[in-house]
Amino acid sequence: MPTKHLLKIEDLHHSFGEDEVLKGISLALNKGETKVIVGPSGTGKSTILNNIIRLVPPVSGKIYLEDVEITSTKKINQIRQQIGFVFQDFGLFNHLTAKGNVMIGLTKVKKMDKKEAEKIAMEELERVGIGGFADSYPSQLSGGQKQRVGIARALAMKPKLILFDEPTSSLDPELTGEVLTVMRNLAQEGMTMLIVTHEMGFARTVADELIFMEGGHIIEQGPPEKLFKNPEHKRTREFLFKLTDLYGEGEE
Amino acid sequence: MLDIFLDFYPLLFRGLGVTLLITLISCTSGTILGIFLSLGKIYGNKLVSRTVTAFIAIIRGTPLLVQLFIIYYGLPAYGIRFAPITAAVISFIINSGAYQAEYLRGSIQSVSSGQLKAALSLGMTKWMGIIHVVLPQALRRVIPAWTNEFIYMIKYSSLAYVIGAKELMTEGKLIASRNFQFFNVYMVVALIYLVVIIIFVHLFNKFEKKVAIPGFDFER
Ligand SMILES: Nc1ncnc2c1ncn2[C@@H]1O[C@H](COP(=O)(O)OP(=O)(O)OP(=O)(O)O)[C@@H](O)[C@H]1O
Ligand SMILES: [Mg+2]
Repeated sequence: MPTKHLLKIEDLHHSFGEDEVLKGISLALNKGETKVIVGPSGTGKSTILNNIIRLVPPVSGKIYLEDVEITSTKKINQIRQQIGFVFQDFGLFNHLTAKGNVMIGLTKVKKMDKKEAEKIAMEELERVGIGGFADSYPSQLSGGQKQRVGIARALAMKPKLILFDEPTSSLDPELTGEVLTVMRNLAQEGMTMLIVTHEMGFARTVADELIFMEGGHIIEQGPPEKLFKNPEHKRTREFLFKLTDLYGEGEE
Repeated sequence: MLDIFLDFYPLLFRGLGVTLLITLISCTSGTILGIFLSLGKIYGNKLVSRTVTAFIAIIRGTPLLVQLFIIYYGLPAYGIRFAPITAAVISFIINSGAYQAEYLRGSIQSVSSGQLKAALSLGMTKWMGIIHVVLPQALRRVIPAWTNEFIYMIKYSSLAYVIGAKELMTEGKLIASRNFQFFNVYMVVALIYLVVIIIFVHLFNKFEKKVAIPGFDFER
């Protein structure tokens, strides 16, 4: 079933054992869009992202990347090459330098030769502002630098979209800004992104759409200003204002 | 003692050569066996995993000398005959492989599951992730256990004397049974083991430093 969306999720359900975590999620992203998912802890936000690239295969529902049905494809590794994933805990390979982390997908998965991979890795590290740390190992980097390596690693694969699972939640507040700046630039350059975050300031200024989830359902989705100023559901307003209190408006 | 060494060093060094050969082959082949066993135990299906678990339990739960005797004296009853050195090496490989499999399993499981998840997210298959991401870290972590294993193996390889493999201990025994200077001969043999082991410990420490990665802790 072809769609004109870049990513489309239809009636996604997921359970861990008896526990139904996602109870029918539908959403879609067009090329160049940035959407932000917010919601209380344990609501299933990470599960959605993991379902999309089948790190956790969904129980039912359909997910498409352009015309390809991800949920049924036999070539999931090809899909994963086209969808970047940025982890809350960075997921950097500890035995490789920053450059090595960015190169490995190119050399091992895309079978690119080393020279070319190195060139791309350096470009992407420069792009996220840490070209000077190419030869540092993860343990030698700050949290913000690690996460920028994580983003560079995703970017190097030239993905059609990038999924971010709370990319700044393990960072000290003063390091959050440098990562959000990188993400804001990506949004401006037209990268398609689906982001789980509690950073309301960022969401308000960067997201094309805000998706509020609770209890395995999407309660409300729409332009951030509408959800903040004029939400359909009382719960949405309560939650968004609680988050803004907790995390502030961001660096805006 | 010095005169014994001077009189017999060609024999002793020949024995030492065999000892080191047995140790080297047993330990490195044991590592390869250990890698397969540990991967089978962790990532294999139920059948593979259980077979490996049982195999490791049997090997670790029976004396090395019994294993050696089964291979050298027992198998010929079924028409399988090995030269003493071959029999020794086979039993040491099996034994070392089982122990190394357990060390490796520990270090593989200490590499966080997030590492494999990140590898998969780049489009690697599970096996690519294991080979390019999990094993390089697990193997580094297992180096201290591996060097211990190597040192033990130098010493355990002396067990091969009971089936007459001509390693260092056997040569010592032959010399002593001719000149009856048991104390002096075995002291010389002991000193040779000691010096060799000190040299290897030093080399391994250097190697550990060489492959060390900042912030990447070795086990223990
Ligand atoms: N592998 C798993 N096995 C069993 N239950 C799980 C597993 N992963 C997640 N869960 C449960 O599923 C629910 C949703 O988890 P999920 O991680 O998707 O929530 P989340 O919205 O991302 O929360 P947070 O904001 O804390 O990251 C939680 O109740 C969680 O305990
Ligand atoms: Mg989560």
